[in-house]
Amino acid sequence: MSVVTVQLGQCGNQIGYEVFDTMCRDLHNTQGFCSKRENEIYQASCKEHFFNEDKSEVPVARALLIDMEPKVISQTLLKAAHSGRWKYGQHSHFCQRQGSGNNWAYGYSVHGPKHEESIMNLIQREVEEYDSLSGFSIIMSMAGGTGSGLGAFLTQNLRDAYPNSFIMNQVIWPYGTGEVIVQNYNSVLTLSHLYRSSDALLVHENDVVHKICAKLMNIKQISFRDVNQVIAHQLGSVFQPTYSSEDSFQYRRNPLGIDWQVRPPLSGLPALEKVSPNKELRFNTSIANLLILRGKDVHSADTGGFKDPALYTSWLQPSDAFCEWRTHRAFNKYEKSAALVSNSQFLLKPLDTIVGKAWNMFASKAYVHQYTKFGIEEEDFLDSFTVLEQIVASYCNL
Amino acid sequence: MAQSVVVQVGQCGNQIGCCFWDLALREHASVNKKGIYDDALKNFFRNVDTRGTGISKGRICSLKARAVLIDMEEGVVNEILQGPLKDVFDSKQLITNVSGSGNNWAVGYKVFGSHYRDQIVEKLRQTAEHCDCLQCFFLIHSMGGGTGSGLGTFILNVLEDEFPEVYRFVTSVFPSGEDDVITSPYNSVLAMKELNEHADCVLPIENESLFDIVSKINQMINSGKPGTTVKQQSLVTLNEGGIKKKLDEKPFDKMNNIVANLLLNLTSSSRFEGSLNMDLNEISMNLVPFPQLHYLVSSLTPLYTLADVNIPPRRLDQMFSDAFSKDYQLIQADPKHSLYLACALLVRGNVQISDIRRNIERLKSSLHFVSWNQEGWKTSLCSVPPVGHSHSLLALANNTCVKPTFMELKNRFLRLYKKKACVFDITSFMERNLSVRSLLKFLSFLVCQAALWESLTP
Repeated sequence: MSVVTVQLGQCGNQIGYEVFDTMCRDLHNTQGFCSKRENEIYQASCKEHFFNEDKSEVPVARALLIDMEPKVISQTLLKAAHSGRWKYGQHSHFCQRQGSGNNWAYGYSVHGPKHEESIMNLIQREVEEYDSLSGFSIIMSMAGGTGSGLGAFLTQNLRDAYPNSFIMNQVIWPYGTGEVIVQNYNSVLTLSHLYRSSDALLVHENDVVHKICAKLMNIKQISFRDVNQVIAHQLGSVFQPTYSSEDSFQYRRNPLGIDWQVRPPLSGLPALEKVSPNKELRFNTSIANLLILRGKDVHSADTGGFKDPALYTSWLQPSDAFCEWRTHRAFNKYEKSAALVSNSQFLLKPLDTIVGKAWNMFASKAYVHQYTKFGIEEEDFLDSFTVLEQIVASYCNL
Repeated sequence: MAQSVVVQVGQCGNQIGCCFWDLALREHASVNKKGIYDDALKNFFRNVDTRGTGISKGRICSLKARAVLIDMEEGVVNEILQGPLKDVFDSKQLITNVSGSGNNWAVGYKVFGSHYRDQIVEKLRQTAEHCDCLQCFFLIHSMGGGTGSGLGTFILNVLEDEFPEVYRFVTSVFPSGEDDVITSPYNSVLAMKELNEHADCVLPIENESLFDIVSKINQMINSGKPGTTVKQQSLVTLNEGGIKKKLDEKPFDKMNNIVANLLLNLTSSSRFEGSLNMDLNEISMNLVPFPQLHYLVSSLTPLYTLADVNIPPRRLDQMFSDAFSKDYQLIQADPKHSLYLACALLVRGNVQISDIRRNIERLKSSLHFVSWNQEGWKTSLCSVPPVGHSHSLLALANNTCVKPTFMELKNRFLRLYKKKACVFDITSFMERNLSVRSLLKFLSFLVCQAALWESLTP
């Protein structure tokens, strides 16, 4: 069961490199806090998902590097090769000479159609090498032009070409105070389009990760490398092999198979009553949560708190909404670690903020000519705003 | 990797251009130790063998600038061709004349424009054909004279007609108040209309500001205070000899170097690697919210690095503060007390994202941003610092502080026009039915522009 990772744009490629590097280090980690046999099963499973083995026995990442300008891809390929522990495939990249200029419209309407055939062929060749495809993990930023615009276009195409595959996008949320001035436009356009084609959007906020680096890790001069390594650690802790609660003997879990699609309440049944003393604590309401525990004493951990009905919507039982995966084998030398993937109101505030700022800018029509130049009209903006307002409303009403 | 072509027009344009090429070579020499023709070099230079054929990879044989040099007098271009940079240009890249444009925009634009159009197009095409992906034209000229101003803006039109998809960045040197060229206000206003309509981005420069910066540096060097020895290599005004060295170096050379540094820093993130790259097309995308508002105020810091190792290096934060001080702007303007439409910080060297964020947070409260772009910051991080520095910052601002500069131009124009001074000289070269009054029409767009800026201020 293979996962194809598609690294898009500067951000996608920089983070993608860190993800594979982290997983590879973890793979060769001898401090697994588990039996040798257990470790071997874990390693085999990880390799099956994320790496190919070639003649030189250096694992080859199951990844495709795509960017519209060459500098970042060259650097990424070099770094991987120099590490000696793993590398990228020789023919797994696609790049052009001139970037997307932070312009979503350029990424979506110009680069997308122009390079559709080449990129889809590249993906198809990669997919054909595997016996079974788990799905796609697309790493992209929302703020720029390639990751965002081309990313949205590509996700649509993948959905059309592989209608039954799981598609998950790792979306990097930019710093609130500008990395790119038009980042709010690019973000709104990206999210509204991804919503229609992607199965899941796993969001990583730069501001939050920055705080983690500053407060939890005490890094003084935080570089993008530090930020990217934290994101890579988070992704690794979700993607690395785990046992599911049903299947305690094999790592057969699809790492992308996060089973918490929203199911509407069955008609005819009364809404469940929430009788819980914890209601006053005002948590963000969740649709579903996935908890992944790794390391020592993992089976004795008490996760009762996560099943509190106060955390969830009224039309879902906690038993349906909460899922746990536990594994003895420790991740990345952490004796015990936990990861939580949550579909909840967490994202309401950041989303609302971005939409608000984008709307504020749009009302004055600033920068809009840069988009209409490449075929994205004001109506397209308005459609995107509408989609996002609906999402915000849906989450608000949980 | 995309390429850029520099089009240097007139005396000022060519002198600045020359400084630029000298600086570019020095920068690449300090980074490229192995002498390989890499992608970074490819941006501005071709690599040719002894027969003049292009070599796309491998060792550097002979580097040729991607440039077109145009002047209606021969003096400056000849000096360049006899100086240390003579091998960087070849005769096919030049267009010269002997008579000059007589400080008359109309002569430069109408007479020489129509006369040389075909030659100009041909030279540009040749230069473009040597690029596998041409992204940008950099036009360097002055506004007050005849060639740079008139022919320069004519060429801008040509660039738009012949290469509509290639970005046009214009570095324009505006005349100072005490300019001894009487017709400079006319020339400037006429040229500005062209810039308004045909340039993607304009970086206005004022000689007064450059002069002030040079004086500041001289004061620093000559102050004799302990620990004030400056690292020669790091001087933003240093020129190691683009033009034949003369015994008494004119202040213009130092001033031109500042502009050369500006252009080099502008393109650093697209040539060299970094953790947050910024390509040239991103400048226009982020800093031009409405098509006509494409005038960017620039500032460069630091101007020099101290050589004394015992003095602690100027704190990084000071560099950011300086960039917003009016003493470091390249036009006579104070962006801090006007309204920002957008701001870009192009950082080079040993600086990380947390340093940038900390400084943005710190400076934000003292700057006024327009209501629809409260967080309008664009940042880029290039790992390679300029020669002699460990880090540097180029700030580009789209700010309403340009308005006084342009209004002053309008006033000088009107003062001259009221006396009908030299009007015939200009109109005699223009269409027959262009009456004297219609010169005033050229002013109208400036007035509209001013109104546009006014409307943005709360």
